[in-house]
Amino acid sequence: MHARGYHDLGTPASTGAEVTLEIDGATVTVPAGTSVMRAAALAGTDVPRLCATDTLKAFGSCRVCLVEIEGRKGFPASCTTEVAAGMKVRTASEALTRLRRGVLELYVSEHPMGTCEDSSRCELESLAAAHGVTASRFAGDSTSRHVHTPKPIDASNPYFRFDNDACIVCSRCVRACEDTQGTFALTIEGRGIESRVAASEQQPFLESECVSCGACVEACPTGALMEKSVITAGLPQHAVTTTCAYCGVGCSLVAEMTDGAVSRMAPNRDGRANQGHACVKGRFAYGYATHADRVRRPMIRKRITDEWREVSWDEAFAYAASEFKRIQAKYGKDSIGGITSSRCTNEETFLVQKLVRAAFGTNNVDTCARVCHSPTGYGLKHTLGESAGTQEFVSVQKADVIMVIGASPTEAHPVFASQMKRRLRAGARLIVIDPRAIALVKSPHVEADYHLRLLPGTNVAVINAIAHVVVTEQLTRDEYIADRCEKESYEKWKKFIADPVNSPEAMEKITGVPAELVRGAARLYARGPNSAIYYGLGVTEHSQGTTMVMGIANLAMATGNLGRDGVGVSPLRGQNNVQGSCDMGSFPHEFSGYRHVSDDATRALFESMWKVQLGSEPGLRIPNMFEAALDGSFRGLYIQGEDFAQSDPNTAHVTAALSAMECIVIQDIFHNETARFAHVFLPGSSFLEKDGTFTNAERRISRVRKVIEPLAGLADWEVTVHLSNALGYPMSYSHPSEIMAEIAALTPTFQGVNYEKLDRLGSIQWPCNERAPEGTPTMHVGSFVRGKGKFYVTAYVPTNERTSSRYPLLLTTGRVLTQYNVGAQTRRTANLAWHNEDRLELHPHDAEARGIEHGDWVGITSRAGDTVLRVEITDRVAPGVVYTTFHFPESGANLITTENSDWATNCPEYKVTAVQVVKVAQPAAWQMRRQANLPAAVD
Amino acid sequence: MDIGRLVAMANDIAAFFDAEPDKAIAIEGVRFHLTRFWDPRMRREIIAHASAGGAGLEPTALAAVRLLKKE
Repeated sequence: MHARGYHDLGTPASTGAEVTLEIDGATVTVPAGTSVMRAAALAGTDVPRLCATDTLKAFGSCRVCLVEIEGRKGFPASCTTEVAAGMKVRTASEALTRLRRGVLELYVSEHPMGTCEDSSRCELESLAAAHGVTASRFAGDSTSRHVHTPKPIDASNPYFRFDNDACIVCSRCVRACEDTQGTFALTIEGRGIESRVAASEQQPFLESECVSCGACVEACPTGALMEKSVITAGLPQHAVTTTCAYCGVGCSLVAEMTDGAVSRMAPNRDGRANQGHACVKGRFAYGYATHADRVRRPMIRKRITDEWREVSWDEAFAYAASEFKRIQAKYGKDSIGGITSSRCTNEETFLVQKLVRAAFGTNNVDTCARVCHSPTGYGLKHTLGESAGTQEFVSVQKADVIMVIGASPTEAHPVFASQMKRRLRAGARLIVIDPRAIALVKSPHVEADYHLRLLPGTNVAVINAIAHVVVTEQLTRDEYIADRCEKESYEKWKKFIADPVNSPEAMEKITGVPAELVRGAARLYARGPNSAIYYGLGVTEHSQGTTMVMGIANLAMATGNLGRDGVGVSPLRGQNNVQGSCDMGSFPHEFSGYRHVSDDATRALFESMWKVQLGSEPGLRIPNMFEAALDGSFRGLYIQGEDFAQSDPNTAHVTAALSAMECIVIQDIFHNETARFAHVFLPGSSFLEKDGTFTNAERRISRVRKVIEPLAGLADWEVTVHLSNALGYPMSYSHPSEIMAEIAALTPTFQGVNYEKLDRLGSIQWPCNERAPEGTPTMHVGSFVRGKGKFYVTAYVPTNERTSSRYPLLLTTGRVLTQYNVGAQTRRTANLAWHNEDRLELHPHDAEARGIEHGDWVGITSRAGDTVLRVEITDRVAPGVVYTTFHFPESGANLITTENSDWATNCPEYKVTAVQVVKVAQPAAWQMRRQANLPAAVD
Repeated sequence: MDIGRLVAMANDIAAFFDAEPDKAIAIEGVRFHLTRFWDPRMRREIIAHASAGGAGLEPTALAAVRLLKKE
């Protein structure tokens, strides 16, 4: 069932030329290709239907939506009949009513009235009642409610249940699983009256291939597939449209509220990013927001060895402010700093960086984007002129060739992955560049044309080899380059890339990728004609992360694949507001809108509005803060929504730095690993508890709307305001819309953004200004933001992290669908049913050589540290490569990652760590203490 | 700060710019990067290290830091 209040138009929209017809005597104009059903709905008449819904192509099976069309024989199905100029349609007549009653009576024989506990949410029972059908002549005898054999309810999925007895076999769920999600987990098994919906090989939903996206639940017209929360809570009393707080897709969701609590989270069918779809995290895993672990009272302590003491908000603010002032008085103003969060809103991150620059008086502000997509900002800014992806998600539907590099969209960006898979099923070609066989390499009805299975750390070598083929085989778009790119930089790059040292044959011994595969992939990409690149942290989290981003931009420019629909360079952002936190001036060297702090005019603008003198020198980045803490020049830190001690590399180094500080103020919704080193804990608020905006990976700004009051009394933006006031720098906002007004006044790309416009348009892709008052879906149309595109010479420089006889394997890291980043949210939901521990993936050859069997505990040692995980033996990884996720603190994945980082941005090199793996008897002592919830310190 | 870490970072930056055929442009690239992205205390420490001989700094990095010193 769709979200409360949504008007389902029956079939999807079309985009053809306008066609005018007559429906029930009224003139209607719609695009060619529109169904009669949709045209009627747009004209205000909902033709009765059961198998149609506007997220799915028309199916034409239920025979309820029949209409009369002048000049045509019989009663055509309005869902499968397209409009035509001059067509005259009747949607109601005695004959139609008689036919519909007969069909409905047949359905009611399978699904008697009253089968659904809430008949108002059952399309069949509502329709039957509206047509006066209360029983069926075709129903079974009095001992059997149904003609078919009853089956028990499948309640195996933690979030929804399947009641076969309420199912009318309309196939909407099966088609949603295929068309919307692209998993093909559901089918209709059996024949005739015994036909029924089945998951995989008639397995319970939880054990099947179902990924629990909820598309089937969304599509179901009856109560057969229904959220358990709806069954428990009952009908919603109101609904609020908001934005998901998980990944960078930024799905628009509708929070349905019952008695002050969220009873259902439904995808917004009008959402431009997600187009009516959601995933197991966004749709179902919101329960963490009210979990018992939520911290609801501020706390302070003098030393990290002391017990926490609950205090009032005022005492907490006063203590934090006094400590920061004390430290600055003793060690200088640059001895403290702050961290913004990509899980907080634009308004909140803007305020934190304002607090640091204006109230602290330093540029020591950074963001968790440092450890994920900072190379994207640097690389795309220098080559194209803007630190952002170039497309909107829907652009993928016009791509002929899709290149996915260092990303696993089905795991980390599942809703966009479904859109991508739809395009691939329609015929687009696929190139995957990844050390691991991600799901896209081969899944139902999707298979990569090329999988370049490179060794971790050799991305630049591969992208250079691809570009070498493009240049030496004259596959460049010379007219495009001459028109849109810097001639000098192109000529220099062309000479560099054409050098035989960059050929696929020369690079093969470095990358491990057969040269002929690289040549084939290069030709496919270059010939497109529309080729689009999507990449993830497998690109950025390397010592050459920035070089790789530049290499990607070089390739796209050389082949003319920028500046229109269907092409582009699109970073898939890890967290919901990575783009936004970067846009808001969270980096130590730049203000909002990516303007350097040394720019006098920009600084003067901010100084004028903020009434304070601002620094012109860049501040410390997160890894620099740790180094400075260890040398004693950095002593205090305000951290909003970030957990360094779990998420940052080389945990021992990080925790030593955190231990060296005199005042750490943590603002978070849960006690996290970093809080063990904190002196002040300020309770945070979840996305359900505040107003604001998130900006997703396609630069789309969407509203976050408060549905419940902050559990601790203050929204995150209010906490920052109070802290600033306690420090003596007054901030005065009554609502986040006022913060957005300040952002718009100070940031050219946000100049035209305001809450009224966001409410009116639903969302806006920046730049939004006088030239683009409703936003900019595609960037670099006609010319690049920087003027002429700039090619950079991108020589391959091997990482310092090398295998050796002591550390012979390369570890790389990633995520799974059901967990999210450090797991603080998803570990506190029923998503544990799918993934309750991180495992190490090991190739069978490497396992055999070490006497390791599936499920064994293995010790993993690097030059930074060691940990123990359970092993999964799989050929998803190549021999010599191991892989793990990092969702559970007790896994200690970052105990073994190193301090190597990207040359330009210091983004950590999470993706390459040389390790040894040996069989062990049990987890490490500190891990067992953690699992037993005993007080633990990292040994 | 750990001077070994700063030296490694400067060398990483230089390794990128070393692909530039014109060495003067490469050195300027490193200098500009350090100016734009390194906090003043980091620049002070790497300059002091270069003044003391610059052990461990690759040629392009060392030349760039010496340019920084002149600012």
